[in-house]
Amino acid sequence: MSDRVDLLLSLADDELLLGWRNSEWTGIAPFLEEDVAFSSIAQNEIGHARALYELAARELGTDADALAFDRTLDEYRSAPLVELRRLEWARTIARHWLYETADAIRLEALKGSDDVELAGIAAKIDREEVYHRIHAEMWIDRLLATDEGRGRLDEALEELWPYALGVLDDELRPELVRRAEERLGRSLPAVEPVPRGRHEAELAELHDEMTMVRRSAPAGARW
Amino acid sequence: MSLAPDAVWRALEEIPDPEIPVISIVDLGVVKDVRVEDETVHVDFTPTFMGCPALDTMRRQIEDAVRGLGGEPEVRVVLDDSWSTDRISREGRQKLRTAGFAPPPPRSAGAPTLVQLERGPFRCPWCGSTDTRLENVFGPTPCRSLRYCDACRQPFEQFKTI
Repeated sequence: MSDRVDLLLSLADDELLLGWRNSEWTGIAPFLEEDVAFSSIAQNEIGHARALYELAARELGTDADALAFDRTLDEYRSAPLVELRRLEWARTIARHWLYETADAIRLEALKGSDDVELAGIAAKIDREEVYHRIHAEMWIDRLLATDEGRGRLDEALEELWPYALGVLDDELRPELVRRAEERLGRSLPAVEPVPRGRHEAELAELHDEMTMVRRSAPAGARW
Repeated sequence: MSLAPDAVWRALEEIPDPEIPVISIVDLGVVKDVRVEDETVHVDFTPTFMGCPALDTMRRQIEDAVRGLGGEPEVRVVLDDSWSTDRISREGRQKLRTAGFAPPPPRSAGAPTLVQLERGPFRCPWCGSTDTRLENVFGPTPCRSLRYCDACRQPFEQFKTI
């Protein structure tokens, strides 16, 4: 597998799995506006995943659905951050903000890539991600505004920070540290990142759920 | 005899946006180019929001329209940064406003910010007042936000700028 396909799959897997996780709030978010927001963000992320899978599929001679749903667990290139199932609001917001911050750094780098196709798709994705970042930052403002909010955010960050570092390659990590510390107005612990390639136990359950239709209708489901 | 590109453009102008049928896909700016080579009609199509569920329908409708003219469609999906809400035509914007959707403000130099969305002059499509506020960055589809007009006390959908 080429480095390019490997990169495309890691980007696409992150977006697909996070999209799936975000969609778990559909219908049960703490209030209606957030139900709408997380459902819409999920839809965008899955749309990004599809476009990235299509690019990889062209090189591999397959299609986007096959890449999204027919691979075994071990073949996913996702960062463990997006695999976690955290149906708890402060953790959801912390993960959302950490991912969007890391993703912004990654997209900025990709937009400058010599690979014109990849740079183009990154620029298009970034236009949409702007709105995700606005939403995430708005929530960080809210959480930082009260002692209780700050306490809950800190607790969530303690768990998720090593995972956030694992989203990016070595050379981009210092920029994530810089932006996150600046935003929070405090330093973050120097911890070992939870690297890509190792999977969280929750992924097995998610994989089982998201591949269910493909497995039950191997000839292709129609509706 | 091969088709004239103008005839193809006219046929495409008849295709409504699947989700907002007041506007055609040509007004929406998603058709980038039409080229005719013998029987084959090449249409370059650029998606709006990448997760838009209407994309497959639009693509199918383009193919059907070309076949309806007796051509063989070859639709190429262009996945780059070339579609922007700035590509929505002036006529398209008027149609959106008449249907109760506030058209997207033009792209500015930097990316939009929360401060702009909260303080910027967004005009209510119902009464024309700019005394409106942001209710939700997100809305019923990826391309829209929700706003509320304090002048006429109506909620409305605001197209996002991308």
